Amino acid sequence: MTLHVAAPPAERAAPPPPARGRRLLSWLDLRASGYVLVAPYFLLFAIFGVFPLVYTAWVSLHDWELAGDKTFLGLENYGYLISDPVFWNAVLNTIGIFALSTVPQLVLALMLANALNKRLRARLFLRLSILLPMVTSVVAVAVVFSQLYQRDYGLINWFLGLFGVDNIHWQGEKWSSWIAIASMVDWRWTGYNAIIYLAAMQTIPRDVYEAAELDGASPRRQFWQITVPMLRPTIIFTVFVSTIGGFTLFAEPMIFDGGLADGGTDGQFQTVAMLIYKEAFREFDYGYGAAAAWLLFALILIGALVNYSLARRIGGGK
Amino acid sequence: MRIDRRHGRFAAVAAALTALLAAAACGGGGESGGGAGKSGGESGGKITLTLDTFGNFGYKALIDQYQQAHPNIKIEHRIVQRFEDQYLPRMTQWLNAGRGAGDVIGIDEGAMGLMAANPGYFTDLAQFGLDKRESEFPPFKWQAGINSEGKLFALGTDVGGLNMCYRKDLFEKAGLPTDREEVAKLWPDWNGYLETGKKFAAKNTGKDDPKFVDGPNTVYEAVLAQEAAKNGNITYFDKQNQLVVDKNPAVKAAFDYVQQVSKAGLTAKLRAFDPTWDTGFKKGQFATIACPSWMLGIIEEKTGAEGKGQWDVAAVPGGGGNWGGSWLAVPKQSKHPKEAADLLNFLTSKDGHIGAFKEAKGLPSSLPAQQDAAVTGLTSEYFNNAPVGKIFTASVTSLQPVFLGKDHAAVKAAVGRVVEGMDQGSIKYDQAWQRFLDAGKSAAR
Repeated sequence: MTLHVAAPPAERAAPPPPARGRRLLSWLDLRASGYVLVAPYFLLFAIFGVFPLVYTAWVSLHDWELAGDKTFLGLENYGYLISDPVFWNAVLNTIGIFALSTVPQLVLALMLANALNKRLRARLFLRLSILLPMVTSVVAVAVVFSQLYQRDYGLINWFLGLFGVDNIHWQGEKWSSWIAIASMVDWRWTGYNAIIYLAAMQTIPRDVYEAAELDGASPRRQFWQITVPMLRPTIIFTVFVSTIGGFTLFAEPMIFDGGLADGGTDGQFQTVAMLIYKEAFREFDYGYGAAAAWLLFALILIGALVNYSLARRIGGGK
Repeated sequence: MRIDRRHGRFAAVAAALTALLAAAACGGGGESGGGAGKSGGESGGKITLTLDTFGNFGYKALIDQYQQAHPNIKIEHRIVQRFEDQYLPRMTQWLNAGRGAGDVIGIDEGAMGLMAANPGYFTDLAQFGLDKRESEFPPFKWQAGINSEGKLFALGTDVGGLNMCYRKDLFEKAGLPTDREEVAKLWPDWNGYLETGKKFAAKNTGKDDPKFVDGPNTVYEAVLAQEAAKNGNITYFDKQNQLVVDKNPAVKAAFDYVQQVSKAGLTAKLRAFDPTWDTGFKKGQFATIACPSWMLGIIEEKTGAEGKGQWDVAAVPGGGGNWGGSWLAVPKQSKHPKEAADLLNFLTSKDGHIGAFKEAKGLPSSLPAQQDAAVTGLTSEYFNNAPVGKIFTASVTSLQPVFLGKDHAAVKAAVGRVVEGMDQGSIKYDQAWQRFLDAGKSAAR
């Protein structure tokens, strides 16, 4: 017993000094293991994010032909682009289609979410069904819509024909092609945004509404004075995501044009992403395409900032 | 002990990470190995050769025949519908990357200049003795297969030839003659074709009535092919590869003619190889279409069985011409160049040409095949028993080979859209020529 009592403190008082290597490991463990654990993400990001960005920038400084010579040009490609009416036409189309699709899309999504947030019969079924278009592939949506919008035998022209409207060549004009493409985008993404809004709405405490109701606020007033301001972070998020998606719009207009990257005979709906593809992969001018890609990157940044500053003001004016 | 355990965890994480990275690296390597293995794999002594073509080369029966004669070879045939915007971009990337292309690949005339300017892409076929076959081909077809280093890299498959296909039933309804000799007399030249079109349109004034021509592009290509032969055998580029789209009278002539046709309202405003064009065939939206030999196979495929006996073939206005035609080549990246060259040799042989002609009506460029009774005597039940063999071999005897520049495919695609837009009304007639030139210049840059 006495032995037993005496021995342990001695042991505890003088633990064997850890080996040097061990101390290093322990230091590494404390300081570095966090970095090691996040490293895979950054490694992948470096390979698939940073490297392509830098490489694209490098390519954009050249006259880089896919099958041919590569000569250094400096910023000449950018100079060409900025004075190229085709590029600015593509920018106009991209922004136009973006505005035409995103504004109604987000407003509609907000309305839908608000409706679905109420007590309804078959609520789960309704909530699921607005998300259903998300499951379909973009290409399938674009193919089906392109058939609906066909000039000679399309369903939409047939329907308009009932009211005496002549067949519209939807690809032929800017306004008609923009509407057609915006409708494809909205069909697929409205439900997605509505579900996000709905999830955010459900985090708004009930008692806020109850208090408003006691004060005699109408449902309309509740929506604008409580729901929308409380959703602001979510709205900003969806605006961001829509901006990125809208500015890189590619598959829908591509298929709407029958797989060519011209965006109509006269570039009526050629987006910047299509122009990049056309320059790089149909005319084999990688350098020019790469420069356009970098300008698109800059445009997205600007667009996101503008939209952020607009969205921040939503419901903020008190 | 605690330290030890954590050290263990740390070691485990590190080991797991290393494994992950190694797996990723292997994944990359393995994939490339797998890809190569797929295009040139040997499983149990069996060699797989990949054949890449576009449109309809008519190789189905020939591939079966070759596989039966060579039990150690398996052929994987990959077909893409359109050339300029689908097949060529992908193929050029594969050739440039050194991986992905088939062992034998088809090339359309529009890209032969580009391919000849990149000798690094292809295997020298002379090392397999294919240079001995020069006498079998017309000189222009043979010359186009020689690259900038003077090496033989491609052998010819079909040539276009040029005739005019027409819908017998629609001609009859419009009160026009239906016999192919009589029809040819309606249009000794393109002016006659325009006048016939106006007569046709006068009988088809309803909103849903058929039009005379499918769209502006097919007529444009046909006229351009003939006009090029009158202007030094060049179109958008001269033989030094300089862009002459604004200087070559052939281009302006073809453009002006198609503008006339469009202004007269004779087209169904369809773009060739677009899904709406396919619908146009099925619904009988147009009565004529310029017809190189390979178009016969396409018409039959698109119109389908119910159109049998409705179509017929007459001589083209202006007499003869060439539109289209292809070659086969073996990329340098092929793992089995010897076997690939043997397959290419078979497909471009006399029997190969004849087999392809029977299946898809692409007229043989091989001279022995052109003279063979199996080709000259071929009639097509689908085309109202027209003697297609005789008609098309006659159309190539006077064939003028046209030089196409390195960037021909890109320029052709770009100016084609302007012609289409002009016809559909989104580009004004008086601005169209300037737009046409701008599009050509921008595509060639």
